[in-house]
Amino acid sequence: MKFSDMTELAVRNLREAVLRNSLTTLGVAVGVASLVAMLSLGVGLQQLATNRLNRSGLFDSVFVSSRMNFRGPGRRPSPTDSEKEPRALDEDARTEIARLPNVIEVYPQIRFFTEIRFDGKPFATMVAGMPESSKASGAFDGMQGRFFSSASADEAILQSEFAKELSPQPSSLIGKELDLRYAERQSIPSITGANSGQSAPSGFSIVPKEKHLQIIGVVDTEPAAGFGGYGNGRLLIPLKVAESLRAAQVSDLRDILSNSSSKPTYASLTVRTKSPDYVEAVEDAIKKMGFGAFSLLDASKSLRIFFSVFDLLLGIFGSLALAVATLGIINTLVMAILERRREIGVLKALGAADSDVKQLFFVEAGVMGLFGGVLGVVFGWLIGRALTFGTNIYLQRRDLPHVQVTAVPWWLVIGAIGFAVLVSLIAGLYPASRAARLNPVDALRYE
Amino acid sequence: MPDSQPAIQLDHVSRHYTMGESAIRAVDDVSLSIQTGDFLALLGSSGSGKSTLLNLMAGLDRPTSGAIHANGKNLSELSSLDLAHYRRDTVGMIFQSFNLLPRMTLEENVELPLRLADVERSERAARVREALEHVRLEKRIGHRPSELSGGEQQRAAIARALVNRPKILFADEPTGNLDSATGEAILTLLREIQDNLGMTIVMVTHERPLAERFASRLACMADGKLVSTNGATGNPEKGTRP
Repeated sequence: MKFSDMTELAVRNLREAVLRNSLTTLGVAVGVASLVAMLSLGVGLQQLATNRLNRSGLFDSVFVSSRMNFRGPGRRPSPTDSEKEPRALDEDARTEIARLPNVIEVYPQIRFFTEIRFDGKPFATMVAGMPESSKASGAFDGMQGRFFSSASADEAILQSEFAKELSPQPSSLIGKELDLRYAERQSIPSITGANSGQSAPSGFSIVPKEKHLQIIGVVDTEPAAGFGGYGNGRLLIPLKVAESLRAAQVSDLRDILSNSSSKPTYASLTVRTKSPDYVEAVEDAIKKMGFGAFSLLDASKSLRIFFSVFDLLLGIFGSLALAVATLGIINTLVMAILERRREIGVLKALGAADSDVKQLFFVEAGVMGLFGGVLGVVFGWLIGRALTFGTNIYLQRRDLPHVQVTAVPWWLVIGAIGFAVLVSLIAGLYPASRAARLNPVDALRYE
Repeated sequence: MPDSQPAIQLDHVSRHYTMGESAIRAVDDVSLSIQTGDFLALLGSSGSGKSTLLNLMAGLDRPTSGAIHANGKNLSELSSLDLAHYRRDTVGMIFQSFNLLPRMTLEENVELPLRLADVERSERAARVREALEHVRLEKRIGHRPSELSGGEQQRAAIARALVNRPKILFADEPTGNLDSATGEAILTLLREIQDNLGMTIVMVTHERPLAERFASRLACMADGKLVSTNGATGNPEKGTRP
């Protein structure tokens, strides 16, 4: 029999005992719904964790430091220690790293302790430069006000604790202005001795300066992006602005002591790659250039392994309901054989082969699986929505931002429906072969 | 019209069952030759083995021993699939209780063998109509069996048996559930079909008078054995409508 004829007959048969078959299909739907809800929770939590962590910049970043930093007293790097001689982490190195493939941003961590004046009063605080990419880190999602209008805007975002020091009503600060007082580092050109031709070690002088900034936002949570983080910064300004200030930093002192050149060096650089997939290659390339490089890729791998096991366990629990549903399918089809015994006899008398009868019952099981699967995915998706809704009510009460705890990706939709059909077909194996084995003479005699 | 080539040839056919300790010889060493175009009536009392013999000839059952040759094949040697194809392509069958599928319309019931035979959809409607015209039921095409009288249901069953254009028609007590007038009408219809289509018909019945009026040959069974057969003579009304 043609497949289209078979399907038509199967659907027709299913419609005959509509209540019983609907209940069986509903059983499959509940099974699939539990599976989909469980897995969508697993997938959702994984996406939530991974997205947060990816956006935090921890997993798509490589943290670069000069290996010279690690050189302790009395220890010289041996050639076996590294691929290349250690190099200074200066502007040239930054440019070179930025040119590596799949690197989107290379930035130093600029943090300095300083004083601001607001409303005529002085406040001591830590200033941190924020790279452009930090906007996407999620740390600024629930902020009051807005993010920097441009990478070089003279604007400042206050950390909420610090904002409370400035005013009891932090939101009223937005739009107001403050003065940043800082120590600018100015290089002193090296003095060349007229007689010896040798250059004396260079140095720098510190000059007090002021910068006028507009407060544009207040951020609740402390941004903790990047290794070492700028989380401890309480006054956040665009990184380019921070760099242009040339404010004296702690690492400057080390420059004086260890660096023979007059070029300023970075204590460390953060390299953002396009995605965590490129981290390993970029890390290797930077190591080959002679710098120390470090990433949290292993932690990301562990996270993936954890969620794979988590999903597997959720899937097993979710499948239990589906296993019960398959017993329902077997029961329904065995009942159908008893009821339709005579009909099977007629079909066989009219020339239906055993395989035709088997396929007919198989298709009936498959159709129940298909409908149950589709319905189950819808139910599962609704349960997922309800879980997210409930979670967000809970989070809202605790003053936390909204999250999406469940996700139903396409592979889960297709996989769940496919799995439901497959399981239903397996459940149909026994009834179908039993129906096919019926002796037509006995079946026709059945009243 | 019978020609020399037998439509069905039975050689020492037996069908034994075991029921508990005892063996039942439902059909016991029957040899019979049915010519193409014959209208054979198998007569016998209840339990004489006539229906079992019909089932064996129709390919619904297999003999315990002996050979049944139909359409050039030994049915007892056919695989289960080939036997199903024999039932589908060579044989048409009607039953005492009609055996129409109650949830299907007449059209769908008659179409069923065409579906099993993988006949193209475009061809089916015409074939169904042609079969229903043979039994003069074309106006009831959209009705369900429960909306028809017993005689109409049996005519629909005949249409279903004819739709695949079989060579042999088997009828198991076709008038058993019908009143005598309707039963006669059904047998008249079978005779028409035999005459018009040149079909071989084997009918099981226990109504001897009807068999004598309509069949071209009679075969009597008792206790699984064939006790008497007569030739094409026992058909005094052949060619006339009662």
